[in-house]
Amino acid sequence: MISQLVFAILLLGAGYYFYLNAAKIYRNIKLGKKIDRFDNPSERLKTMLLVAFGQKKMFKKPIPALLHLLVYVGFCIINIEMIEILIDGIFGTHRILSFLGDLYAILIGSFEILAFAVLISCLIFLIRRNILKVNRLNQAELNKWPKTDANLILIVEILLMTAFLMMNAADYKLQQLGVAGYHTVGSFPISSHLFAMLPDNSSSLISIERFCWWFHIIGVLAFLNYLPFSKHLHIILAFPNTYFSKLEPKGKFENMPAVTAEVKSMLDPSIPPPIGEVSRFGVKDVQDLTWKNLLDAYTCTECGRCTAACPANITGKLLSPRKIMMDTRSRLDEVGKNIDANKSFIDDSKTLLDTYIRREEIWACTSCNACVEQCPVNINPLEIIMGIRQYIVMEESQAPSTINNMLSNLENNGAPWKYAQADRANWSQQ
Amino acid sequence: MENQLYIPTVAELISKGETPDLLFWVGCSGSFDERAQRITRDICKILNHVGIKYAILGTEESCTGDPAKRSGNEFLFQMQAMMNIQVLDGYEIKKIVTACPHCFNTIKNEYPNLGGHYEVIHHTQLIQALIDEGRLKPADGHEFKGKKITYHDPCYLGRANEVYEAPRKVLESLDADLIELKRCKSNGLCCGAGGAQMFKEPEAGNKDINIERMDDVIASQATVVASACPFCMTMLSDGVKIKEKEQQITVLDIAEITVRSNKI
Repeated sequence: MISQLVFAILLLGAGYYFYLNAAKIYRNIKLGKKIDRFDNPSERLKTMLLVAFGQKKMFKKPIPALLHLLVYVGFCIINIEMIEILIDGIFGTHRILSFLGDLYAILIGSFEILAFAVLISCLIFLIRRNILKVNRLNQAELNKWPKTDANLILIVEILLMTAFLMMNAADYKLQQLGVAGYHTVGSFPISSHLFAMLPDNSSSLISIERFCWWFHIIGVLAFLNYLPFSKHLHIILAFPNTYFSKLEPKGKFENMPAVTAEVKSMLDPSIPPPIGEVSRFGVKDVQDLTWKNLLDAYTCTECGRCTAACPANITGKLLSPRKIMMDTRSRLDEVGKNIDANKSFIDDSKTLLDTYIRREEIWACTSCNACVEQCPVNINPLEIIMGIRQYIVMEESQAPSTINNMLSNLENNGAPWKYAQADRANWSQQ
Repeated sequence: MENQLYIPTVAELISKGETPDLLFWVGCSGSFDERAQRITRDICKILNHVGIKYAILGTEESCTGDPAKRSGNEFLFQMQAMMNIQVLDGYEIKKIVTACPHCFNTIKNEYPNLGGHYEVIHHTQLIQALIDEGRLKPADGHEFKGKKITYHDPCYLGRANEVYEAPRKVLESLDADLIELKRCKSNGLCCGAGGAQMFKEPEAGNKDINIERMDDVIASQATVVASACPFCMTMLSDGVKIKEKEQQITVLDIAEITVRSNKI
């Protein structure tokens, strides 16, 4: 009875704490500007099913894709087991779903195989990060916390899977010993190999079984509450993020409506100029981004496929699209905490541009869309980069001098170079 | 210099009471850059050869605004766009072919929202369609037969608009040995000129992007690199020079290859 109570309190507490943090993230995302990504639901659903559920874009790199698929499928399927753990925990039952008989045996058997696959995959991932030192997993922006975050996630997953398998092994041995309460159910293709490691007396076995059971459920609840603070949040946000993808060609950049109104009135004096000032052209801080840009930032799991494909980064420039996303999230978290403390945002003399992202990064971009193409969850770092350029050029007039020369040529003679408009068709006369 | 190529402007056709079926949008590079001018003339030769009734805007053409938009000057972009739309709509232009993927992308994707609605194709798509229709056919004994040719995907044609096949179909028609670069199609590597980089010095790094790309080309062992963008043309040609491979590697536009292989 006490354990049921403890279980219920843990469950409610974990659920509530997760809700609080998830609500903060939702509020932070809503700080972004409006953008319509609710059109064409069937196309959006299709994109989500293919890209998030089906992991389509992961397979640009087959080996990590396969390992990731195992972890992903394992995670989803083994969570079915959570249903049983929840019921058992609340009602004090043991393996309540075992009435399913053969089906139960098949389920437990496949959970075990998947758990083992997850465990091995996570081990390989740890090796790739820490021993093989795969380049994109060891770049400068990952120093300190991001690397720890990544390793923590992998280690916790390994521990959870180990606990799950040990619990089954102890249970199975107790079944074999005919201990009361441990009726013979399930099949244990993996954990049966752990027999030799376990003691023979039933009280130790029961302790191990119970410890692993509690470790597993507490671990899962703790992991859930770790998500809002971690890059691992992608396991949830990958789905909405791909649903709200840009469905238009990658080359199509948004035309700013405020500018359209103004340019129209400049070209045609009969159209009155727009009323009211535009608060800001372009992006200086996270509030100037769209909510989708902010959702992107929370979805990013720092895999670095974008950066590995970025021509600027490949050739040693400061720009890393992954860092753009990580900076956006860090700044958004900071703005969120500012709001938590002050009820509304109070100027902290920091901004996304300059405090987090340097101008040198922004000007190194070739707008080639390689980062957008590579992202397995359809994040778009390019929109943020272009938004910042707009701020630098339109609000500050601080573009590099060569860019300013090009712009003034364009303005004066309709070409980015200093050639007279009247000479434009000279080639056709030769 | 060139063999009496007559290139009409829309204004000239209108004054004769005629209208073009197709507008050839030349672009700034195609108008002013010497290397790109050769490509421009080749596109005109192809259009003449197959008898398409086309025209250019001539001195009425102006930059689409792409470099302004990509460098962050939305005002200048929209000014350019709306002035161009006024000219195009004034002549009731319906269909446009562009020589430059940047112009192609801008007119096709970013003009509609500002009131400019046209059917826009890139010259590689036009050439592919002409091959499919049987109106263009590589001549016997042309110079590309059996040669190792590779294709560099321009970002604004490839990833930006997913035109991967048209230029490859053109090359496939040559009976050449078409080899893909290590990074190709959706994984293609930029030449380094996009996003207004063409007009500025690169940021500090350890390599220029076109040199990185040239390494892919050299590794492919191709003797001809085909491209379809005047900016890529500049970057790749510079790369060939810097790598001192002028004797081994030629950079050609799909239009130039078509003119030569068809012996137009």
